[in-house]
Amino acid sequence: MQTALSITLDAFAYGMALFIICIGLSLTMGLMRVVNLAHGAFAMIGGYIASYATRNLGLGYGFGIVLAMIGTVLIALPLERLLYRRIYDRSELSQVLMTIGITFCVIGITNYIFGPTLKTITLPPELAQPIDLGFRSIAGHRIFVIVSGLVVAGGLWFLIERTGFGIHLRAAVENVGMARALGIRTEIIYAASFALAIALSAFGGVVGAEFLPIEPYYALRYMVTFLVVVSVGGAGSILGALAACLLLGAIDVTGRYLMPDFGNFFFYLAVILVVCAFPRGLMGRVKSHG
Amino acid sequence: MAEASIRNAATRPAPLLRDLLALALVALGGLAGYLLFPDNLAFLTRLISVALLVLSLDLVVGYCGIASLGQASLYGAGAYAAGIACLNGVTEPFLLVLIGAAAGAVTGLLMGAVMLRAHGLPQLVLSIAIVQLLHEAANKASWLTGGSDGLSGMIPAPLFGVFEFDLWGRSAYLFGLGLLLVVFAILRLIVRSPFGMLCRGLKEDPLRISALGIYAFPVLLKMFVISGAVAGTGGALAAIATQVVGLDSVSFELSANALVMLVLGGIGHLYGALIGTVIFMALEHVVAAANPFHWMTLVGAVLIAIVLFAPRGLSGTLDQFAGLLTRQGGRTGR
Repeated sequence: MQTALSITLDAFAYGMALFIICIGLSLTMGLMRVVNLAHGAFAMIGGYIASYATRNLGLGYGFGIVLAMIGTVLIALPLERLLYRRIYDRSELSQVLMTIGITFCVIGITNYIFGPTLKTITLPPELAQPIDLGFRSIAGHRIFVIVSGLVVAGGLWFLIERTGFGIHLRAAVENVGMARALGIRTEIIYAASFALAIALSAFGGVVGAEFLPIEPYYALRYMVTFLVVVSVGGAGSILGALAACLLLGAIDVTGRYLMPDFGNFFFYLAVILVVCAFPRGLMGRVKSHG
Repeated sequence: MAEASIRNAATRPAPLLRDLLALALVALGGLAGYLLFPDNLAFLTRLISVALLVLSLDLVVGYCGIASLGQASLYGAGAYAAGIACLNGVTEPFLLVLIGAAAGAVTGLLMGAVMLRAHGLPQLVLSIAIVQLLHEAANKASWLTGGSDGLSGMIPAPLFGVFEFDLWGRSAYLFGLGLLLVVFAILRLIVRSPFGMLCRGLKEDPLRISALGIYAFPVLLKMFVISGAVAGTGGALAAIATQVVGLDSVSFELSANALVMLVLGGIGHLYGALIGTVIFMALEHVVAAANPFHWMTLVGAVLIAIVLFAPRGLSGTLDQFAGLLTRQGGRTGR
């Protein structure tokens, strides 16, 4: 019973950390139709910035998160202008190659600057201690991740479904030409959603660092995991991404607890079964090219 | 456009002649490698086995338009099948290659059957999931595959009963070169056959092909089987030549590298696969030995440059240059 509870809580927190990182990828893929394999690289950059801020500059955890999000977006925006904008309407293969190339470059440069060692992010004492929930105690950090995940999910849903920006974004996705004709500045909308996705990935990289440790190969090691989560959930769907993260997180954590020597075997088996059963993902949008 | 392609066809040498020329070039290049780098034959043999993998990937990506990041599962299946057979007393090298090709073909059948269910991104993810699944399975089934230690201690019988697979790797290299030539010749015939044209048609315009009354699934599945046989041949060659089969032969990294090599050389030409493999592996041999992280940065930069400036790969760009030089217009009407 105790094991079952701790597996459930761990799986839930891990799934939420995955969700915060992956939802940005799901948005760029579903709404802007870019297969951005470099998404994990941006999460990693966020983690590095936060680690540098908390450990070397001695700033607080909150500052670390904010700095990581701003810094990563500042790095990513020129890349959007110079590289991504040229592949928005190219084939999937071109997008995959270009973004793998960016990932490789980021790994090489990161290692050159920071070295191959693992970086940690200092947690504030409130989050490092276990919190008593009455029936059992749980690491404060886990609760923080879970709450952040829920806030991100709710905030995104509100942004996309209930605000003017969301309406413009959905219009640009449905029909770029018509949206432009109506006076919507689609380049700005795209750049803003790209920046939002990157900021979320940096946030996820920082809060998820306890589950996915920050090191140069982070970008490549978890690239597959992130990609899998998005395609299982169905690109562009918040609810689908949430379901996929919780499902795959649960399978992954349970597998690690109960059958550690099988590694990721069950994770990938589940992926193949789900994708075969739902080729468009659990809740994929039906693509409607204009 | 049509006029230009007719003129092109008239001035171009006959296809058979071109094929013989291409084969002669490959053979010449191979022999030059043998004479120029007699101390690096083990590396060159590995290069040939990877070239077979990249050729097999070209069949799927270049002729069917299916992006795959899991091609190494076919290569690994061939390598492990040949290795296991060799450890269990089947030592005749040609038989081992056939076993590897058969194992690759069967794996290709399964992989194709799974991958063809989806399209686009989910398809790509399926290919990754398959190679990771096989990787974990090979790691877990250590009684069969040696787990993370890999298989070792295979001793293939001498080639034709005369030429031993010795430390210098001369017979292994020439054996590999011969295999490559045979496979390359067969693939040239296949991609120009009606079946090869049909695959190409499915890549260019699937709707139109299905309007002609053709069901795509079995055609593409057939190409997956052929591709598996080629990749399996490469794997078996690696097993025979290095006498070791490791977990890295079924890895996502090898699959991704194969795709990079293919794109570097240019997709959909077959010879692009060879050019890409030679350049990539030669560079890797030099740079990665100095610093593996610089190597990653370099590969990344090259990938970005290819997508931006040479989307048709080196061979496509060469074609363009050749076209400009002979004033036939850059685009060959593909």
